[in-house]
Amino acid sequence: MKAWKEFIKGIWDENPVFRMLMGMCPTLAVTNAAINGLAMGLATAFVLFCANIIVAMVKRFIPNEVRIPSYIIIIATFVTIADLFLAAYFPEIHKVLGLFIPLIVVNCLILGRAEGFASKNNVAYSALDALGMGIGFTFALTLLGIVREFMGMGSIFNVSVAGQNFTEWVIFVLPPGAFLTLGIMLWIINSFSKKKMEESHCH
Amino acid sequence: MIKELLLIFIGAMLVNNFVLSRFLGICPFLGVSKKVDVALGMGMATTFVMTISAIASWAIQFYILEPFGLSRFLQYVSFVLVIASLVQMIEMFIKKTSPNLHKSLGIFLPLITTNCAILGLALLAVNKGYNMIQSAVFGLGAGLGFTLAIVIMAGIREELEIADIPQGLRGAGITLLTAGILSIAFLGFSGLISM
Repeated sequence: MKAWKEFIKGIWDENPVFRMLMGMCPTLAVTNAAINGLAMGLATAFVLFCANIIVAMVKRFIPNEVRIPSYIIIIATFVTIADLFLAAYFPEIHKVLGLFIPLIVVNCLILGRAEGFASKNNVAYSALDALGMGIGFTFALTLLGIVREFMGMGSIFNVSVAGQNFTEWVIFVLPPGAFLTLGIMLWIINSFSKKKMEESHCH
Repeated sequence: MIKELLLIFIGAMLVNNFVLSRFLGICPFLGVSKKVDVALGMGMATTFVMTISAIASWAIQFYILEPFGLSRFLQYVSFVLVIASLVQMIEMFIKKTSPNLHKSLGIFLPLITTNCAILGLALLAVNKGYNMIQSAVFGLGAGLGFTLAIVIMAGIREELEIADIPQGLRGAGITLLTAGILSIAFLGFSGLISM
């Protein structure tokens, strides 16, 4: 049952955004609409999945002193693949996410999992861990995007759901709205959960 | 010329503040903003590395990547590598030449490698097609903007230590709400210049 535990932990108990506070930059920056959050989450999950597998495979051949630069190069390679893929097939999303696709390279979630999990576990567990973490990250970004898009524009995934009389709170799709929405969400989650939140260990 | 540089500087520092309106460098902004003096040290180290890496990435882009047509495929890998090794080199240089400065900045330098503001700055400067001086000014402005944001934040958080905060809001929650209000304040700068 260890396999199931490695998979499921990333989705809620150790959710990268809500519990571990990792990968804050893209979380706050691209979630002004639900579709952007979803796309960013999936791109990050793809890079995380591939990088975790490769790191777990080659960890025996990498000298300890240069492991971090080596991991970064592995990650950067997959980010380049994701970037070119999005630019070719989803040009509008690529344009909206813009700078934050290359910045997946320095997302501390990915380096954190490579260093903290994949470098110590076998390929199968690393893949499951990455899958769980990726789904957890995508879930958090999409949820944040849904809330901000609904409050700020009265729509979800570009489908208008609020009635005619709904007054948009434009502040929620502007930069301050990202901080406020995530702050309030963490407040709600912390008030209802017994487990204490872990402080992120990479800055 | 001077006017243009001033616009880039103010734009990077206040109008499009890296932390509060571009969301770059959020990790140190939330993690290293508990004490004002520590935040100031982090800000200074970041400003230093930003200015130098902006110049270095400009040189890489225009002397190596573009002439050989590699920028599409190797830009991210090479920038990340250049920044990581640059940080390492700066650390060794400071350690040798100025032990005092190393004492105050040293602990922050390794953390800066994975600060997304640095890579973000390098990519932004290249995308905007800045020349070498413009890149350096852009890096300096962005770094000082980062310092400003993190120092203000640390000042507020020092006061919050003694405030009575609801249980669930302690820690990250109140920090994010404070950052939100700060960000609203920085929205006020958006009319300062029209880019």
